[in-house]
Amino acid sequence: MVRDHNQLRKLAIVPAYNEQGMVGRVVRDIHRHAPDFDVVVIDDGSLDNTTAEAEAGGAVVIRHPFNVGIGGAMQSGFKHALRNGYDVAAQVDGDGQHKPAHIHDLLAKLHTSGDEADMVCGSRFRGDPGYRVPIGRRIGNLIFSVVLSAITRRRITDPTSGFRITNRRGIELFARDYPHDYPEVEAILMLHAHRLRIHEVPVRMNARGYGRSSIDYPRSAYYMAKVLLALFIGLFRRRPTPIEEPPDTSEGEPVAPGAAISGAGHAPRGS
Amino acid sequence: MPDLSAVFSLAAGGQLDNRVRIVAVIVTAVLLGLVLELVRRRRLIERYALLWMVVALILLVLAIWNQLLAHVSNAVGIEVPANALFIAGLGLAFLLLLHFSVITTRLSEETKILAQEVARLDVEARAARAAAVNGERAPNDERSPGEPWRPSATHAAGLAPPATGESGGESQPGRSPSTADQ
Repeated sequence: MVRDHNQLRKLAIVPAYNEQGMVGRVVRDIHRHAPDFDVVVIDDGSLDNTTAEAEAGGAVVIRHPFNVGIGGAMQSGFKHALRNGYDVAAQVDGDGQHKPAHIHDLLAKLHTSGDEADMVCGSRFRGDPGYRVPIGRRIGNLIFSVVLSAITRRRITDPTSGFRITNRRGIELFARDYPHDYPEVEAILMLHAHRLRIHEVPVRMNARGYGRSSIDYPRSAYYMAKVLLALFIGLFRRRPTPIEEPPDTSEGEPVAPGAAISGAGHAPRGS
Repeated sequence: MPDLSAVFSLAAGGQLDNRVRIVAVIVTAVLLGLVLELVRRRRLIERYALLWMVVALILLVLAIWNQLLAHVSNAVGIEVPANALFIAGLGLAFLLLLHFSVITTRLSEETKILAQEVARLDVEARAARAAAVNGERAPNDERSPGEPWRPSATHAAGLAPPATGESGGESQPGRSPSTADQ
């Protein structure tokens, strides 16, 4: 890291779907605990007042005309970060589960690790999770953790955590390609395939503040199957991301030259 | 009244020819391999891959597990178990087709919404451009002339109704990164 950290442009991406009761508080908490972060809320086709609440909290809001899912929402955030020249992007869920007070713990690790860390994940399972994690969630997480740790040869304790922060390399990668639904686990595999490094920092989380978890019983079965299939297939992909494809955004994409060069540099062709 | 139990026991005991089972195994294996390869090439997303894999596995189980197929065909009154296998395959394919019709309906609805959104943005962009050419200020534009667009709370709050949809920098495709990255 050459530049002074204070000069880095930092963005907090807050995906939110029907979170009118929580999203305003999340935005204000980010402003209070991490005033150096701009906040963009991705309103993923909410049917309630999520957009108004987020704007009242002082966030820029990107509205999807209909619900496209958490993966597409996060990718919108990364595209926004890339287009506007942000150096650091954090994900803070709009349901209030992630504590903005921890953002600077993640950021510190991103910096102190230098080129070692391209993404820092907040892990509930390296210390006190902060709330009672349901047993089913723990088991699912453990399975992903074992598989991913074996693949990446790093100890990854909380691959399903969405509370993470990444640098310019991660932003460029994820703006180009991000998994569809339940993207967190696959995103780690993508980073690994591109030789980007992942670190974890212990964080505490809240039980969900408002609304229902998007993952109920039949969906959790689909979650397990989908992610395990994606991890399995990922092992057989020579090139995890379609790099050669032209960027799918409009012509005049401002980042195209720089991103293409640095992207090619970071991303080895074979695995 | 003829004794039907003999017929039923015969039907229940009737087994698929081993050749049929081998063919069934080969067909499902090819289907599974094809599905996995399509996912690997990013031509198929995992959601639909899982759907096809579940269907293939159901047919595979029915083809291999004779007892189960016999019970099923007995329960619904099909005398030849192989026919039950056909019916099951046909039914599952029918369900898949119906499912995809539902998805197609949703996709066309979403495409329509996208087209309408793009058209609305185009009108607004042209109006703003015309206003700029005439030396006027576009409504809700707080920038001084020449100042690059920036994401800021005031800008977002300045947009009149939330329904207009603040769309980040997407309405400003021509900016260069150097101006935004000071």
